[in-house]
Amino acid sequence: MSEYILEMRGITKEFPGVKALDNVNFKVKRGEVHALCGENGAGKSTLMKILSGVYPYGTYKGDIVLKGEVQKFYGIKDSERKKIAIVYQELALVPQMTVAENIYLANEPLKFGGTTIDDDKLNYMAKELLNRLGIDINPVTKVGALGVGKQQLVEIAKALSKDVEVLILDEPTAALTETEVETLFRIIKELKKKGITFIIITHKLEEIFQIADTVTILRDGQTISTHSIEELDEDTIIKGMVGRELTERYPKVSHKGEEVILEVKNFTVYDPNMPYRKLVDNVSFKVKKGEILGISGLVGAGRTELVMGIFGAYDKLVEGEIFLDGKKIEIKSPSDAIRYGLALVTEDRKGNGLILDQSIMMNTTLAALDKVMTKGILDENKEILYSKKYVEELKVKTPSLEQKVGNLSGGNQQKVVLAKWLMTNPRVLFLDEPTRGIDVGAKYEIYNIMNKLVENGVAVVMISSELPEILGMSDRILVMHEGKIKGELENKNVTQEEIMYYATGRSRARNE
Amino acid sequence: MQQEGVVQEMNDILTKKKEKRRVNIRKYTMVIALVAIWVLFSFLDKSGTFLTPRNLSNLFRQMAVTAVLAMGMFMILVDLHIDLSLGSLVGLTGGVAALLMYKVGLNPFLAVILTLLLGAVLGAITGSWVNAGVPAFIASLGGMLAYRGAIMGLTRGESIPVSQASFRFLGTAYLPKSIGLVLGVIACIVIILSTFKKRKDRIKFGFKVKPLAMELIYLAVYVISIMLFVLVMNSYKGIPVPIMIVLALALVLNFVTTKTRFGRQVFAIGGNKEAAKLSGINIKRRTLQIFIISGLMASVAGILLTARLGTATTDAGNGFELDAVASCVIGGTSLLGGEGTVLGAVLGALVMASIDNGMSILNTEAYWQLIVKGIILVVAVFVDIYTKKKSK
Repeated sequence: MSEYILEMRGITKEFPGVKALDNVNFKVKRGEVHALCGENGAGKSTLMKILSGVYPYGTYKGDIVLKGEVQKFYGIKDSERKKIAIVYQELALVPQMTVAENIYLANEPLKFGGTTIDDDKLNYMAKELLNRLGIDINPVTKVGALGVGKQQLVEIAKALSKDVEVLILDEPTAALTETEVETLFRIIKELKKKGITFIIITHKLEEIFQIADTVTILRDGQTISTHSIEELDEDTIIKGMVGRELTERYPKVSHKGEEVILEVKNFTVYDPNMPYRKLVDNVSFKVKKGEILGISGLVGAGRTELVMGIFGAYDKLVEGEIFLDGKKIEIKSPSDAIRYGLALVTEDRKGNGLILDQSIMMNTTLAALDKVMTKGILDENKEILYSKKYVEELKVKTPSLEQKVGNLSGGNQQKVVLAKWLMTNPRVLFLDEPTRGIDVGAKYEIYNIMNKLVENGVAVVMISSELPEILGMSDRILVMHEGKIKGELENKNVTQEEIMYYATGRSRARNE
Repeated sequence: MQQEGVVQEMNDILTKKKEKRRVNIRKYTMVIALVAIWVLFSFLDKSGTFLTPRNLSNLFRQMAVTAVLAMGMFMILVDLHIDLSLGSLVGLTGGVAALLMYKVGLNPFLAVILTLLLGAVLGAITGSWVNAGVPAFIASLGGMLAYRGAIMGLTRGESIPVSQASFRFLGTAYLPKSIGLVLGVIACIVIILSTFKKRKDRIKFGFKVKPLAMELIYLAVYVISIMLFVLVMNSYKGIPVPIMIVLALALVLNFVTTKTRFGRQVFAIGGNKEAAKLSGINIKRRTLQIFIISGLMASVAGILLTARLGTATTDAGNGFELDAVASCVIGGTSLLGGEGTVLGAVLGALVMASIDNGMSILNTEAYWQLIVKGIILVVAVFVDIYTKKKSK
C-alpha cells in the first residue's frame, strides 16, 4: 500500500469563465496532519468541497484517489461512506438539544425494536466518546449553553462519532480560546497516533508549526508547494501564500494619544439570557484622541459585549457612565451613539454589519442618510458621489457601485463596512476583530486606513484576538478576562506572554 | 495578489450577470403570466366577453381593492412581518364608513376622514403589539377575529346601504374621456423624459446602461401600454376613478419606498435587522409606521369596496389579506425580506383580479376560485423561495 492515503491529481475546477483550481496536486500521507494554507480565495475551500463531494464528480477535471482507488463522489454521503468527514467553520448544531443528542443526531441508539430512542445509552455513548477524546463537557448540557469554542469541540466529537479515517477541519481554531486550542491539538495528536489523517485549513502560522507535519500552499488556484514542516519557516510560508516578501506585517506608526475624548466609568453589561450574570463587570477606561487602543483577551472575555454595550446595542441591560469630552452623555440606542460621533465595525460583518442583498452604494450611505438628502429626498447623485469617494479611498475592488455586497470577497466586504462608518465622520471608531477572515493584502490595507484615521485625530479602539495584531498596531493595550479589565499596558516592549498572563486572569498589581 | 483580485472581480461580474438574468426573468414572468392568463381566458370564454372594454373596465375596478390592500401589505412583508387582519379591517372600515353616513348621518367627506383615522389607529395597535414582542402573525390574527366580531356587532348582521352619490363616486365613477387622454399623454411624456434623464445621469457616473435600441423598445412598450389602456377604457366609459386612486397611491408609495429615508430604512430592516439597528435605525418606530400605513391602506380599500358595491356587509373583505399577500409575492416581493417593488405588487393584484374575473365569466363555481387562488399563493411563494435559494 502506498504511503499516501489520499491523492488529488490534476484537479481543475472551473466556474463559468474563471478557473478556481488549475491542475492542483494534493497528496496526503496516512496518519499525518496536513495543513492547507493560502490566502482567501486561493482555492482551499473549493478543493475541500471537491474532496467531500459538495462539488460532485463530473463538475471538475482530475482524479480523487483514496487508498489507491479512483473515487467518484456525487454527494457528501458518498465521501462519508469512504470515511472522509469535514467540520466546517460555521457550526451546525441544534442549540436547544443536548450535547449527546447533537452528537448522535439522526444516528441515535434505539430500543424496543427500534421504536424509541435509548436515552441512557445515548448519554453513555456520548460520555464515553468525550472521555476518550479528553473533552471536558457534560453530555447532557444543552449546546446553546456552551461557548463557541466548546461547541466547536462538540462538532469535532460528532464527526469522530462515526468511523472516520480522514478528517478535514476548516479553520478549526477561529473561535477557540488558547486552552481550547491546546485541547484540540492534544486530541488531534492522540487521534493521529490511532492512524487518523487530518487536513487542516488555517490562516494561523503559529498553529501550523505547532500541529502540522506537512504543509501545502495554494495560491490563485495552483499548488505552490508541499513541504514537510521541518523544511519551512514562517517567512517562507507567507512568501508562498502571497507571492512576495512581507517586509513588515504591521505598518506600525507610534502615535501619542492627546487629550481624553471618551471615558467609560463602572460599565456593566448583563447577560440577556441570564440577567444575574455579568458579561462585562464594572469596567472603566479612557480613550484618547489620536491613538489606537487595543483590547485584547480570550474569546468570551466580554470585549464585544463591552463595545456593543457602549454603542447602545443592548437596551436596559447596561449600567455605567460614559463621558464625551468630559461631559456625561446618555446612549440609549445606536442612533444616539452615532449622533455623538461613535462608530462600531462589528465582529460579524455578514450577521450585523452589512445588508448582503443591497448594493455597495446603499450599504455605504445607510448610517449617514442625512448627508445624501436634498430637501428631505434621497438624492441618488449625492449617494453616488459619496460611495464612489469611499470605494476609491478604501480601494474596494468592484466592477460597479451597484454590486451587491454579498458578492464581494471578505476583505472588500469589510471595507464597505468601514466605508459606512467613515461616512458618519466618527470621532471614536470601534473596530471589533477588523481583520478576521480576510486575506493578508486586505489586512494590510485596513491597518493603513487605521493609521490614517488616527493621524486625522480619530480615536480608534480595536478589539483583536490575534496577539501580533494587538502588539503590532496598538499604542495602548487593555486586556480583559471574564468581563473585567485585568491589565492596562503602554505598548512598549510588551510581550505576547505578558498579555496572555493577564488574559488568563492572573492579575497582578503592576501598573497600580 | 493582483491575479486573485482579477479572479475575484471576474467572479463578481459573472455572478452579477447571472443574477441580472434571473431578476429579469422574474420580472418578465409576471408580465408573461398576466398575458398568458388573459389569452387563456379569452380562448376559454366562448361568449367573447373577457376582452371587451366593458369587462376590462370592470376588471380594473375590481382590482382596485386588492391593489390598495397589496400596497398596504407590501412594506409589512418587506420587513418580514405579515398582517392577517387586513381583510377584516377592510370589512370593518367599510362598514363603519357606511354606518357613519347611514346611521349617524355624517356627510361623506367627514365619514371618509374618520374611517381613514380608524384604519390608522387600528394599524397602530397591531404595530404596538408587534413592538411589544408579539409575533405579527399572532397580533394580526387577533385583529382578524376581533375586527370581524366588531363589524358583526355594529351591523347586527345586516347590510348597510350607502346611497350618497359623492361617496359612491369613489368606487363607481369614471374620468371624463378627454381628461383621461390628457393624463395618458402626460404620463408618456414624463416617462420618456425621466428615462432619458436617468440614462444621462448613469452615463455621467459611469454606470452601465442598456443599449439605446433596447431602451427605446422598453419605452415603446410602456407608451403603447399606457395609451392602449387609456383608449380601451375610453371606448367604454373612461378610466374608472378607483383605478386613478390606485395609480395615485402607487406613485406616492413608490416614491416613499425608493426616495425617502423612511423607505430606505424599511428595506434595510428587511434586509438585515441587526445591521439596520446598529446603523442607527429606530426599528420600533419604523415598524409602527408600516403598520399604520397598512391600516390606512385597508381603510382606503374598505371605502372603495363599500363605494363600489353601494352596501356594507358583514363578510366584506373576507380572506382579502391572502389575496394581498399573493399579489405582493407574484409581483416580486420576497418573503425572505428586503426585496420588492410597489408597482410589482399592483401588477400582482392585476393578476389576482384577472383570475377572479375570468373564472366568474366562465361561470366557474365559487369553490373552484378559492382552490385555484390557494394553489397560486403557495406556488408563488415556492417560486420566490426556490429562485432565492438557487442564487445563494
